[in-house]
Amino acid sequence: MADDQLDENTERPATSRRAVLGWGGAGLALGAATAGGAAAAVASGGDSGTAPVADSGAAVAFHGAHQAGIATAVQDRLHFAAFDVTTEDRAELIAVLKKWTRAAERMTAGRSVGEGAVSELAEAPPDDTGEALGLKPSRLTLTIGFGPGLFEKGRFGLEDRRPEALIDLPAFPGDNLDKNRSGGDICVQACADDPQVAVHAIRNLARIAFGKMAVRWSQLGFGKTSSTTPDAQTPRNMMGFKDGTRNIAGTDKKALTKHVWVSGKDGPGWMAGGSYLVARRIRMHIETWDRTSLKEQEDIIGRDKGEGAPFGKSKERDEPNLKAMLPDAHVRLAHPDSNSGAQMLRRGYSFTDGTDGLGRLDAGLFFLAYQRDVRDGFVPVQQSLARKDTLNEYIQHVGSAIFAVPPGVRDTRDWWGRELFS
Amino acid sequence: MRAVRLSVSVAAAAALTAGVAGCAEKSDGASGDGAIQVTATDSKCDVSDKEFPAGHVKLAVENKGSKVTEVYIYAPGDRIVTERENIGPGTKAEITAEVRAGDYQIACKPGMKGHGIRQDVKASGKGAAKKLDPRLDKAVAEYRKYVQTQADETLPLAQKFADAVKAGDIDAAKAAYAPSRIGWERTEPVAESFGDIDPKVDVREDGLEKGQKWTGWHKLEKALWQDEKITGADKKLADTLMKDLKDWVQKVGRADINPTSMANGAKELLDEVATGKVTGEEERYSHTDLVDFKANVEGAQKSYELLRPVAAKNDPELAKELDTQFKAINKQLAGYEEGDGYVSYDTVGKKERKELSDGVNALAEPLSKLAAAVVK
Repeated sequence: MADDQLDENTERPATSRRAVLGWGGAGLALGAATAGGAAAAVASGGDSGTAPVADSGAAVAFHGAHQAGIATAVQDRLHFAAFDVTTEDRAELIAVLKKWTRAAERMTAGRSVGEGAVSELAEAPPDDTGEALGLKPSRLTLTIGFGPGLFEKGRFGLEDRRPEALIDLPAFPGDNLDKNRSGGDICVQACADDPQVAVHAIRNLARIAFGKMAVRWSQLGFGKTSSTTPDAQTPRNMMGFKDGTRNIAGTDKKALTKHVWVSGKDGPGWMAGGSYLVARRIRMHIETWDRTSLKEQEDIIGRDKGEGAPFGKSKERDEPNLKAMLPDAHVRLAHPDSNSGAQMLRRGYSFTDGTDGLGRLDAGLFFLAYQRDVRDGFVPVQQSLARKDTLNEYIQHVGSAIFAVPPGVRDTRDWWGRELFS
Repeated sequence: MRAVRLSVSVAAAAALTAGVAGCAEKSDGASGDGAIQVTATDSKCDVSDKEFPAGHVKLAVENKGSKVTEVYIYAPGDRIVTERENIGPGTKAEITAEVRAGDYQIACKPGMKGHGIRQDVKASGKGAAKKLDPRLDKAVAEYRKYVQTQADETLPLAQKFADAVKAGDIDAAKAAYAPSRIGWERTEPVAESFGDIDPKVDVREDGLEKGQKWTGWHKLEKALWQDEKITGADKKLADTLMKDLKDWVQKVGRADINPTSMANGAKELLDEVATGKVTGEEERYSHTDLVDFKANVEGAQKSYELLRPVAAKNDPELAKELDTQFKAINKQLAGYEEGDGYVSYDTVGKKERKELSDGVNALAEPLSKLAAAVVK
């Protein structure tokens, strides 16, 4: 990546030299001039992140009380992978988690894995696969989560450590889940502003894990559908509507504490500072949606398509008047006021995996939502949406997974899952 | 089957730099100046000069024994530098070769079989190849023996298949098909290093180049399973297959094999599994992919086991991991055994194929590090 010549033993600032020289100034200027893209990014990983990072090429700190990639300003690209643990040996699983942590530290800092992509030994395949050489850190974040399967009895001795909140998600009306795109023992969410950097990260982690873990499914995402940076322009999803207007901001410490981070009192202890992630692959029936009149589209969503203003209001950020919307409008059903105050931090991505053989785009939303407890978050909201939302004529949930996302890695001696396994 | 790949051309280049250009000329006259006299009997192989300058070397062979003999020059690891067969009792022959400085053996093989009676010789001069760890020389020699045995044992099995095709007996031909391929599949990277044989015997329809005639096992596989009829042309192809396989058996001893190519060959066998067998592409009509799969794994395991003493010393952790993963993949495959062979691959579901693919990845990843562990 950016810089492999530096002494490996030296702790370096997360931002690589080249990134600062080449991009820092321009990025700042760009951030000031426009309200677009990732300009007003926030470094996370740290204590819910307050240091502004105004550079889409920069590095995001990997170490911190919380994992980066949650409150972090949403990057442009995603590669999400769910793994099955294939080894039955707890020590081997832990060894992979430790190796992963070290590799993640390097990759998020813009460095290559192990001894690099061009090692001295010509007879051996290089440790790093090389496609990110010369690329900037691109705000890469790597976020790990543990699925219910990991806690099964007779596997790794973790049956007593399964959090109550790590439920098996109930079946929702209309679900059409493909088990090959659902579940997983472990997930890694890789987000970056450069798709190649995100793909490189997952590819190299999968390679390190061969023989101990196998990729069960993975998903690429190309356009963020929610931002955690309210000052920036709200992104649009594949339906053409702004999505995530009222998402939890990455800087809103109060909301993060209330709705996203697991507190020490919530239990179990190893999850303090962590969060719960629900991932849903939501296929959109793009073609039929596109044939729907503008008025009907807006009725279904509950906001106007151009500005994104709620019904009866003129600005996107105006407080919605839920009663002005149709009873089954999406925004009304999903609003915290309709769900006893439930809120999630969404950081989903649009996807298009080519076409489906019938000439239709295989496209939709890869929904990712972090929350303090899914039983007060995703579950009640989705129950309400699945039952009533008119949008269901145009979407179908085809993949589903839930993960307990542990707290952050503290330093270069700490590792992903230490609290769970010790 | 596979397209020619990098390691093959590397092997070819290595063969050139090793300074090997052998040729044998018939001669019934007296030997010329500077020739090394080789006197072969039924029990001896006398060589007049044990040390000679590197470069153009001429052997003047005289068979004073009662059996037909043959004479070889071997480079370390039993690579044939040059050879001369069919030297009858009382006759003479002349063999020439270009040899680089280094250690060689001259072997006489009365009765034209076996290990031969050997003499250590040395070509002196500059540019001698670095001496290998003797354990690695031994590994290469053992592997060469394995490769030759696999080739030799393939011929009768392939003949059985060819005979059944020529007799128009579809059932017998189907039964003989997969077993006829095992020796080939075990040692495929070596066979592929000759370049011209693989495209004749193991090419799939989609691997044909423009203008290339489809010959070999897979054409007959299609005839048997897809067309379900054996044409006159197919019967001729059975003979062509035998001719090409005999060519392979003849050439295999000359293959340039070294510890690195052995280790990389093992990895390539797993690559074959990953891209051709797990997907069911290799045996798309017969669905005998698991037979090939097993043979590929066996061939890789043979290389590994021969290199293991050195690998285990240089990288004990890698050796431990490879031991574990070879065991695991063999256990996985054992679950699909049926009779003398394996279940038809079209009965193996998507989930099971994924498990097999995961197993292949688990083995192939550490196997890709074997070459480095052997040479370091």
